[in-house]
Amino acid sequence: MIAALRTIGLHKSFGSLVVAQNVAITLPQGARYALIGPNGAGKTTLINLITGALRPNSGQILLGEEEITALAPDLRVKRGVARTFQINALFPDLEPLEAVTLAVCERQGVASVWWRRLAGFRSAVDEAYEILASLNLGPVCRRATRDLAYGQQRLLEIALALATRPKVLLLDEPAAGVPRQEGGELFEAIANLSSDITVLFIEHDMEVVFRFASRVIVMVGGRLLLEGSPEEIAADPRVREVYLGRTRHG
Amino acid sequence: MVIDPHGHLAAKQRWHPVEFAFWFATLLPFVLIPTYLTLASQIAITAIFAVSLDLIMGYAGLVSLGHAAYFGLGAYTAGLIAKAGWGEPFSGLLLAAAASGLFGYVTAFIVTRVRHLALIMITLGIGLLLYEVANRESWLTGGNDGLQGVTMWPLFGRFDFDLYGYTAYAYALAVLLLVVLAARRLVHSPFGLSLRAIRENERRLPAIGVPSRARLRAVYTIAATIAGLAGGLLAQTTQFVSLGALSFERSAELVTILVIGGAGRLYGGVVGAIVYLVARDRLSGMNPQYWYFWIGLMLIGVVLFLPTGILGGLARLQRRMHTDDAHG
Repeated sequence: MIAALRTIGLHKSFGSLVVAQNVAITLPQGARYALIGPNGAGKTTLINLITGALRPNSGQILLGEEEITALAPDLRVKRGVARTFQINALFPDLEPLEAVTLAVCERQGVASVWWRRLAGFRSAVDEAYEILASLNLGPVCRRATRDLAYGQQRLLEIALALATRPKVLLLDEPAAGVPRQEGGELFEAIANLSSDITVLFIEHDMEVVFRFASRVIVMVGGRLLLEGSPEEIAADPRVREVYLGRTRHG
Repeated sequence: MVIDPHGHLAAKQRWHPVEFAFWFATLLPFVLIPTYLTLASQIAITAIFAVSLDLIMGYAGLVSLGHAAYFGLGAYTAGLIAKAGWGEPFSGLLLAAAASGLFGYVTAFIVTRVRHLALIMITLGIGLLLYEVANRESWLTGGNDGLQGVTMWPLFGRFDFDLYGYTAYAYALAVLLLVVLAARRLVHSPFGLSLRAIRENERRLPAIGVPSRARLRAVYTIAATIAGLAGGLLAQTTQFVSLGALSFERSAELVTILVIGGAGRLYGGVVGAIVYLVARDRLSGMNPQYWYFWIGLMLIGVVLFLPTGILGGLARLQRRMHTDDAHG
């Protein structure tokens, strides 16, 4: 079976600072992978490389069988790679319904139509509302985004990514800054995503990682340290040393 | 709570009774103040120009201090076509718009690469460049003396551009209506939504698949085309083009007008054009030398007390009255 996403020998440096070194990961179809590591390990950098926000100095990124290493970020989204951001990156003045409808319209290829009213795109509006409702954002989808509670804004991040109908979804600390209780609900929503979607999430809370990830990738200093099942990771002395022994975040 | 997302989105784009009242009121100058029809047509033309700037500045968030380049190019194109012997207004106007649109399309590749101060400088540069080209090539443009000898044929072959400005105002008003109708469609479309998203958080857009630069180039081209329409109208209705059509003052004045009226509100430019040009007419009548003083004062007052312009202030007032009603 072909992996949903593969990186081969990804390398990225800024001057003498190496942020990704020979990073090779393979995400099987429908996987739920956690990416962990101390601050500065290069986790977000890896997401930036996969989504095209950064270009690697060398290496390859394959989505299914297609190489996407040199593709522009918006075209990668159209191929099926979506992400969320660790710090909310939303549209404060737009309503969630508008923002998600825009993402759906873009996927349907009608977002550059200027001569027809938005409300006329019924299937896009329906789909946007369904996505929002599935994340419990239905009741607030007509408010300005800036007026949403913080946790709701985190969910909107995910809603925007889902609107692109991703094959691979990269979540950068989806529950960052959210109280534990709400964070759990947020991960329930992620766990309930269709198994067609391959998920990689960055998370600091080990309890969450062990509960929701089928496998765990550990990064340290821009390199992969190891990959394994949650139990293997928890038992590994190296991981304990570099990561679990330290102060926990989030 | 039952939510109807379609109804909610449809309600935003529904015609407001005030809009109908406004368009009815635009007919009043014909009967109430027929001696001011020339001013009224200047206002209509400036309003078209301001709607054009609103699309890029108010909706997409691109500030321009050189928008007169497209206005002036349209004006000279329309003027030169008429001077060359083809005085038919509609075709001349379409060619003027096409020339500005083409120039807009080409310059958009540079303009949309930069933001903030660099963007202001580049648009300013484009404006200055075109001004000096027109100034230097006086064999074509008449240079400082302006383009003389522009003779228009009657509209529809029947209505002469008369001294009182009946035809001029009717013509400019009709074009304004068409431009506002088109702009109204645009801002309520998926394309318009993507422009607002660009204004709100451009860096997020690639992550939902939106090629933001291509969208910006498209709206810049559309705005340049509309500015060309406005410029062409000015040339045709006054049968004259001066270098002022390309000047920095005209670009700066336009930004002022949009800020006063309210950017990103479709009618903001129209309201701004009315307030600004009527004020200028009154003030320069009272004090021909120092009237810019009052414009300056008005600008400071609006920015301090009505940061979202006159229309933004009115919308806030309406919301407040609405909530007061609700709380009984």
